[in-house]
Amino acid sequence: MIVDAVKAGAVVFVAAVLQASVFAGIVVLGGTPDILLVTLVAIALLRGPMVGAFAGFFGGLLIDIAILETLGMTSLLLTLAGYWTGRYGETTASGRRYAPYLAIAAVTFLYLLGALALRFMLAEPAPARVVLLETFFQSLALNLLLMWPVYGIVRRLLPRREPASFAAEVAAHG
Amino acid sequence: MVVVGLVIVSLALLSVYFRESSGGALHRLQSTGASVLHPFQVAAERAAQPFEDAVGWTGDVLGAKSENDKLQDEIDRLRQQLVQNQTAARQNAELRRLLRFRDGPTFPRDYAGVAARIIGRTPGQFEQQVVVAAGTNNGVGLNDPVVTAEGLIGKVTRVSRRSARVTLLTDETSAVSALDLKSNAAGIIRHGLSSGGSLVFDRVTKENVVHPGHVVITAGWRSGKLASIYPRGIPIGIVTSVGQLDTDIYKQIEVDPFADFSSLDSVLVLVAKDKKSSRR
Repeated sequence: MIVDAVKAGAVVFVAAVLQASVFAGIVVLGGTPDILLVTLVAIALLRGPMVGAFAGFFGGLLIDIAILETLGMTSLLLTLAGYWTGRYGETTASGRRYAPYLAIAAVTFLYLLGALALRFMLAEPAPARVVLLETFFQSLALNLLLMWPVYGIVRRLLPRREPASFAAEVAAHG
Repeated sequence: MVVVGLVIVSLALLSVYFRESSGGALHRLQSTGASVLHPFQVAAERAAQPFEDAVGWTGDVLGAKSENDKLQDEIDRLRQQLVQNQTAARQNAELRRLLRFRDGPTFPRDYAGVAARIIGRTPGQFEQQVVVAAGTNNGVGLNDPVVTAEGLIGKVTRVSRRSARVTLLTDETSAVSALDLKSNAAGIIRHGLSSGGSLVFDRVTKENVVHPGHVVITAGWRSGKLASIYPRGIPIGIVTSVGQLDTDIYKQIEVDPFADFSSLDSVLVLVAKDKKSSRR
C-alpha cells in the first residue's frame, strides 16, 4: 500500500514538473497537451477515487506552486477530476478497453469548463471562445494521443488490482 | 469524506491566497515551494531543450532561402537609415544640452539586465504567461519590464525568491503605452483578437498618420511623479495593416511583434539601476 502510494506520488510529481516546464510550451495548431491530467486519469482508473482525489490534489498543488498560480485553483479542479474518474473506473468503465480514452475526453472538457468558471469567479482571464471553440478540439486530440503511452506506463508501474469488495458484493447477491 | 476534506482545503487555500497580500503566509509558502521545485524545473527544461532545438532547426532550414532574401533587402534599407539616424542623434544631443532637458529613465542606459531562462508556462488557452528562473534574490521586482534581443515581451506580475511570473504582451490583461516611431502617433498596444501572437495598436485617432512598415516603440511617458513602468524606446513591433471605419473614432492597426512569443527561450528582466527614481 505504501509502496503503491509512493509510486503514484512519484509519477504525479514527474508529470507535474514536465507539464509546467515542457508540455505547457508545446502548442500544436493552438492546442496544448496536458500530461498531468492524462496521468491523473490513468492513475484514478487503475487505483480508484480515493487515490485519484489525493493524486489530483497533490499534482494540482505542485502546478500551482511551480507556475506561481493562485494556490488551490488547480488542486481543487484536479481533486474533483481524480475522484470522478476513479468512480467511473470502479463502475461503468470496469473492464472496458476504451475507458481511458472516454474518460480523458470527458475530463478534458469538464476540467476546462471548471477552470473557466473558477477563473471567471476570481476575475482572472477566462476567454471562453478561445478555450471552448478555438483550441478545445486540438487539446483534446493531443490528450487522446498522449493517453495511449501514458496509460501503458502507469499500468506497468501500478498494475490493476482485482476489486475484492466488488467480488464479495457480487457473490452475496448471486 | 476524504474528498470533501480535500475540496475544503483547496477552497480554503484559494480563498486565503486570493485575499492576502503578496507578502502573506501562503505567498511565502509558495515562494519556498517554488524554490524547492526550481532545480527540477530547470532539469526538465534542459532535458527537453535538444528536442525543441531540433524542431526549431527544421523550421529554420525550410524558411532559410526566403528569409535570406528578405534580410538582404533589410540590410540595404538599414544602412541608409543608419546614416540619417547618426546625424539626427548628434543634433538631438546638442539640442538637449542647450535646453537642459530633464528626462525619465531611458532604455537601456538606466537599466541593468537580469538574464533568465524560461522554466515554466501557464496553460496557454487561459493566459499568456511564463515563469522565469530569476526572482527577488536576483533583484527582480514586481512590474519590471521584460525584453528579448528582438523587443519588449511583457512585465513581471508575480515574483518569488528564485522565480518570477511574466505576463506577456499577448495576454488579454496586458496594455502598453506606445508610439509610432515615424509619425509619433500615440496609442496603446494590446493583444490581438485572434489567439495567435498578433497585437493591436489601439486608441490611435484618425488624424494621425500610420502606415504599414512603421515601427512601434514604448512611449515611456512621465507626468509629475507618475511614469510608465516601461522606459521609452523599447521596440515592440512593426505595423502590418491600417484601417479605419466611418463609425469608429480610432484607427484599426495591427502590429506584428518583433519578439517571437511561440519560441521564447530566455529573456532579460530590466531592473532599474536607481530603483528609487524609477519606482512609481
